[in-house]
Amino acid sequence: MSVPPRTALVDLGLGNLHSVARSLEAAGADVVRVGEPSTLRGFDRIVVPGQGAFRDGAAALEAGWRTPLLEALHGSTPLLGICIGMQLLFAESEEAPGARGLGFIPGRVRRFPKNLGCDPKTGAPLKVPHMGWNQLSAASSLLGEGTYYYFVHSYFCELHTAAGVATLGTSETEGAGSVTCAAVAHHGIAFCAALAQGPLLAVQFHPEKSHHAGARLLRSFLRPEAASAQ
Amino acid sequence: MLARRIIPCLDVRDGRVVKGVNFVGLRDAGDPIECAKRYSQEGADEITFLDISASVEGRSTLVQVVEAAASEVHVPLTVGGGVRVVADVRTLLLHGADKVAMNTAALQNPDLVADASARFGSQAIVVAIDAKRVSAQGERARWEVFSHGGRQATGIDALVWARKVCELGCGEILLTSMDRDGTGLGYDLELTRRVAELASVPVIASGGVGGPEHLLEGFVEGFADAVLAATIFHDGHHKVAEVKAFLHAQGVHVRLTEPH
Repeated sequence: MSVPPRTALVDLGLGNLHSVARSLEAAGADVVRVGEPSTLRGFDRIVVPGQGAFRDGAAALEAGWRTPLLEALHGSTPLLGICIGMQLLFAESEEAPGARGLGFIPGRVRRFPKNLGCDPKTGAPLKVPHMGWNQLSAASSLLGEGTYYYFVHSYFCELHTAAGVATLGTSETEGAGSVTCAAVAHHGIAFCAALAQGPLLAVQFHPEKSHHAGARLLRSFLRPEAASAQ
Repeated sequence: MLARRIIPCLDVRDGRVVKGVNFVGLRDAGDPIECAKRYSQEGADEITFLDISASVEGRSTLVQVVEAAASEVHVPLTVGGGVRVVADVRTLLLHGADKVAMNTAALQNPDLVADASARFGSQAIVVAIDAKRVSAQGERARWEVFSHGGRQATGIDALVWARKVCELGCGEILLTSMDRDGTGLGYDLELTRRVAELASVPVIASGGVGGPEHLLEGFVEGFADAVLAATIFHDGHHKVAEVKAFLHAQGVHVRLTEPH
């Protein structure tokens, strides 16, 4: 038995951390809720969960989280961003014009367009929020090609590269190496469902609500060596 | 591509499942957490708890149920029943609900939908609409919204109300046909389709399911984003996994549960 990884659960004050805390514990983490930005040090793992509004997340950055999170992102500690925790990596969102995200990943957060078309099987119009279980494509082995995860969001991350707007592909982040779109999902349009950059993994979906698939991903994040040995 | 969702619904009173769930080998068929766990293992895409407690004590029990369920069941949970004010929404979300459904309170105070959506995000707010067909035969179809668990007519047209709650910022509509509820005759497909076509947000069809073919109709003819059912799952005649296999065979895109 190895020691459970000490895992900081960053509390940006956006709401319920109960589900994500329990899921991380079930996956083998020693979860410490961190509500004070200056104490985000010395952890084995960092998780930035999030539901709710980009503007509230940006306000938490202004209230003291910006510097410690950017330091963490430039460090070597594996960091998992979930939903708003992914979107806040970008500089701005159409959800909250003027609100400043971290600007760590090049691109922006956009709203799903109107008229996304129809479900090809039933003919029903596609709706926003994009709510429910969706399958990943062009996914890294960690995330699993074709795996279903639970999504609930109205805005998505648009990754920018030197070549322009990209769903797929790689882009340079400021002083921190290259970022890769680690999975794509489709909801009328194709969008980046996960991105990876060094020790950072950010996902638009909710692993804590994605039953076995989510549990597997959390275990891999907490113990990559154990997961690859399975 | 987004999978169509299958949502078992559990009616809860004073912390217990009201109509016993008939699972083989379940220690306590009245325990909502045991039931929710079993459903999630069988492939339910979400679980809905509707609280029908009449008392304040019953409602506080619900909060404990939600907290325990959210600890053990790692699929989304929607909780409804007795939500009156923004503070009720907050309490349920903080104890692990992913979405909170409101019905009568939204009709009495539509600003509640707007306030709660602004505060917690649209994705967390579901408006439940109980609708009853009021048009005479041969007349253009009309449905009226009822409040107070279907006991009180509001005079509000269901389609008008559905459009209104989308504008107010809700993230989903849980649409129950009062005419079909409990009949086993299938959803009111015309109602479901009319609402699904005009609503900008996902619509969950509810009321009347007697068998898997009704879920298929809900998707293909009713254009529902998700289908909710209670009795067909509770009575043990149909497993979620089996229903999903049927829907898949009929060409509906569903999440087939991975082997584990």
